[in-house]
Amino acid sequence: MIRINCPYCGEREHSEFTYGEDATRTTPDNDAPMEEWNKFVYERDNPAGEHIEYWHHAFGCRAWLKVQRNTITHDISWVGLPHENPEATS
Amino acid sequence: MGQYNALNIAWNALRGHKNWQRAWRDPEPKRNYDVIIIGGGGHGLATAYYLAKNHGITNVAILEKGWIGGGNVGRNTTIVRSNYLLDGNAPFYEHGMNLWRDMAQDLNYNVMFSPRGVMNIAHTKSQYDTFARRANTMRLNGIQAELLSRDEVLEREPIIDGSADTRFPVWGGILQPDAGNARHDAVAWGYARAADQLGVDIIQNCEVTDFIKQGERIIGVKTSRGDIHAEKVGMAVAGSSSRLAEKLDLRLPIESHVLQAFVTEPYKPLINGVVTFGAGHFYVSQSDKGGVVFGGDIDGYNTYAQRGNLPVFEDVIAGGLTMMPCLSRLKLLRNWGGVMDMSMDGSPIIDVGPIDGLYLNTGWCYGGFKATPASGYCFAHTIANDEAHELNKAYTLDRFAKGYTIDEKGMGPYPKAH
Repeated sequence: MIRINCPYCGEREHSEFTYGEDATRTTPDNDAPMEEWNKFVYERDNPAGEHIEYWHHAFGCRAWLKVQRNTITHDISWVGLPHENPEATS
Repeated sequence: MGQYNALNIAWNALRGHKNWQRAWRDPEPKRNYDVIIIGGGGHGLATAYYLAKNHGITNVAILEKGWIGGGNVGRNTTIVRSNYLLDGNAPFYEHGMNLWRDMAQDLNYNVMFSPRGVMNIAHTKSQYDTFARRANTMRLNGIQAELLSRDEVLEREPIIDGSADTRFPVWGGILQPDAGNARHDAVAWGYARAADQLGVDIIQNCEVTDFIKQGERIIGVKTSRGDIHAEKVGMAVAGSSSRLAEKLDLRLPIESHVLQAFVTEPYKPLINGVVTFGAGHFYVSQSDKGGVVFGGDIDGYNTYAQRGNLPVFEDVIAGGLTMMPCLSRLKLLRNWGGVMDMSMDGSPIIDVGPIDGLYLNTGWCYGGFKATPASGYCFAHTIANDEAHELNKAYTLDRFAKGYTIDEKGMGPYPKAH
């Protein structure tokens, strides 16, 4: 069972959260070429290993969180707020 | 190796079954092939078989990291259907149905294809209306479809809770009468044996670790059993597509997600066909051995682990018990997961390129098993002719950039939602 340590609520189980998406993608500028928008909308790194992603504490405090999780082991190595990054706290 | 037939069985029975040979060879990889197929799953095996049978290309190697039948081809819930709505999908899957019907004879292997009917339950009037639209569209595409009344649904599957005070009463249903199940292991073994008999080398325990390029062209692969060269390299590796594509600096419109499946201990006949619950995500059928086989949603987060988590487990079981309360008395035997190649529009990719010498087969989401024969048939055609077959011409990689997505559920670019 995945358990996420919410900065506001403490450690809660997976069923309180819904998964968002890859948190490393950045939105292109409005006037960026279509190729860049295509990459942003449709292409993913989809790594096997460490993955930084958004989760929504939908059945808790309703905060969006940023989580670093291993996609092979499901181990969570870092949880922060959406504007934070793992490097900043380590 | 000979044909499998009644006479052969009788002959071998008289000799104590001591003379059966292995179903396919275990060759050492050669250094050169015309075509390499990476991935010895159902799609890879079917591709190699049709390359040899339909296109006369027999100098083919299938490179499988594990063993034949150990991946998603042995992990699905064995459902075979073609109840699709959109033009890009419907003819492709219906062609697959035709291949399923003849598969056992074609492969000389009993794949136990059982067209016992796939029935989706509607629980509201509006849901029933969308089913009517689907049934009409299917019929226009030449696919069998019937709308069922509430009584007809309950007559087909008496164990469905038909009481008026259940949380989601049955309103009606839609039936594809010629859809059903096939034994998934037999499909893998049957294609493997038939491909092998046509000269294809099936190389197990052979992991592809990198590609060999000459200029901008792929000319082979590096593997755990040495370098192997080929004019054409086809990728049919499902949930591992992104990992392999990464070695080519290629980003795909794919996310890997886990889908769980479940089977109970064997019981007496209880469920006649394939049934899906319309107020949640739950699909169920009973294997010929008696096990009740069922599944539901993917877990919903990126993962490469072939195991899921308990919240989805609970959700699937809750859906099942709402529809068929008697399932609560059954004992669960096993639960497992498989890694799905979830695409951005819920539809697959069978295409040439995007790098010279490379051919892509991916994005099957959690509907890959039913597509096994059609996927192999079309991928073989695409590899042999360097262009798509009429049936897979919509399954291009660049359809996303061009705005021609085939989004059966209308979910947009959210793989977890397809």
